Amino acid sequence: MNAALLETRGLCRSFGALEVAREVNFRLERGARHALIGPNGAGKTTFVNLLTGVLAPSRGNVLLEGEDVTALAQAKRVKRGIARTFQINQLFRGLTVLENVCIAVAERLGVGGAMLRAAGSRADVLDEAARLIDMLKLSGDAGRRIVELPYGRQRLVEIAIALGLAPRVLLLDEPAAGIPSAESHILLDAIATLPKDIAVLIIEHDMDLVFRFAERITVLVSGAILAEGAPAEIAANREVRAVYLGNAV
Amino acid sequence: MSAAAELARRHRWRWWEALPWLAALGYFFAFPNYLAFGTQVLVTILFALSLDLVLGYAGIVTLGHAAFFGAGAYTVGMMALHLGWNEPLSGLAAAALVAGATGLASGLVLLRTQGLALLMLTLCTMALLEQAANMGAAWTGGFDGMPGLSFGRILGLFGFDVLYYRSQYLYALALLFACFLIVRTLVYSSFGQSLTGIRENLLRMHAVGAPVRTRQVIAYTVSAALAGVAGALFAQANGYVNLAVLGLDRSAGVMIVLILGGYGRLYGAFVGAIAYMALEHVLATAYPTAWQLGVGLTLVAVALFARNGLIGIVDALRRLAGRAAGSPR
Repeated sequence: MNAALLETRGLCRSFGALEVAREVNFRLERGARHALIGPNGAGKTTFVNLLTGVLAPSRGNVLLEGEDVTALAQAKRVKRGIARTFQINQLFRGLTVLENVCIAVAERLGVGGAMLRAAGSRADVLDEAARLIDMLKLSGDAGRRIVELPYGRQRLVEIAIALGLAPRVLLLDEPAAGIPSAESHILLDAIATLPKDIAVLIIEHDMDLVFRFAERITVLVSGAILAEGAPAEIAANREVRAVYLGNAV
Repeated sequence: MSAAAELARRHRWRWWEALPWLAALGYFFAFPNYLAFGTQVLVTILFALSLDLVLGYAGIVTLGHAAFFGAGAYTVGMMALHLGWNEPLSGLAAAALVAGATGLASGLVLLRTQGLALLMLTLCTMALLEQAANMGAAWTGGFDGMPGLSFGRILGLFGFDVLYYRSQYLYALALLFACFLIVRTLVYSSFGQSLTGIRENLLRMHAVGAPVRTRQVIAYTVSAALAGVAGALFAQANGYVNLAVLGLDRSAGVMIVLILGGYGRLYGAFVGAIAYMALEHVLATAYPTAWQLGVGLTLVAVALFARNGLIGIVDALRRLAGRAAGSPR
């Protein structure tokens, strides 16, 4: 079998007696549009934290293109192409939208530590940030500070920052949370325009969005994979329906 | 103006940035009898500027910044007293190196922590150095310090003026300008932008792949070196060094200066130092026994009504004027 773009083998994580990831074997293929669903407390965000290096696993491995990256720190995994958004916005709240995205782009281009040249004089960084802001229909807010933006707009900035890292793997942790339904199409449009070689893993409770977006779905329950397959298979799966709807199926 | 154009122009010099330097030169001619006070203000501005780099920009909360001020002061003092090395500029360079090395060594350990632990460890670093200076009396003069230090001519031309501080004032002003150029270049650079990012959201900076701790250590080291220059300048201008250069009073004082002026704003150090020292000077003359009460009340007022310091009031007024004129910012 070919190596997946991102893969976990026997991934486990415990907090004391509480197991939040149990023998998770997961594959994210190149160009995948994959959704990770599960009830609250299933361990979805923990799984993302394990993939990105925020948390270290108790056991098991994380592989990127077949290479074991389990021991790599978060920053190094980002450099290898794993980017994420957060369930709760993690932005530079006192800075403008443009500055937020510029910081990400500068890091990706390897100029984030440059001390002599003014940040504002880097046309490559500014142009790239402006392009991403435009793509997410945020141009009108580019000069506004994050604290001045409605929550839904802030969610889009989260995605713009992640895209500024030019990821090969993009992990979106509940990206639509807080975005008004009238604006969620901007998010879907943005995801639809991503290069096909970027693998996207979306964690989302909005089933309408999940089934419109995903080509493959993994269901996580109590830290373990309950089911995995195409959307139609998952929709028809009795165990999954039981988890979401109770036993009355 | 678009956001991109505004960001692209932010680092350019603005006309009003000449004003503090012109005012400082004007002070030299207008108040020739108060140049000793003026020199202390310039030294304090430089010290506060060094703190601003770590506290205001990188968000590293420290109560031990006097450790580096003291390291710089003791370096030039001990060089002059024990090695007979009293050439001022090379003394400053040595002070910057020693203070920077102290910042690097302590930063590598301290910056593994955050919050209260970091605050306590910065205090401990300063206390350790203070106690070392107290105990190493053979080199440091112990509790009595090193009075009566003499230094050579600046660039071999200008001698230190023990009565009127003319040379000291201009020397301090030139050094402050040079150090200000360094800090200004840093804060407007991508490095400075990333420091602001670290201050604003550490978690996000990790998630964009920034080597957060390396950047913090670099900022801490540069800041320590600048504080060392301020300390060395203090020792050279006044001709003495004692334990007060390493004490909590000095650390807390410079933090008050920065909060009063506005941290993370480059010119907050200038406004804060002038306001604090002028206030201290006036109140101490009027009420010699209770002047700190006035300083305390001023700080309470600033904390309650001007969270971004005195310079923040100017910013708020500018924003208000912009809104009134229909400008987006």
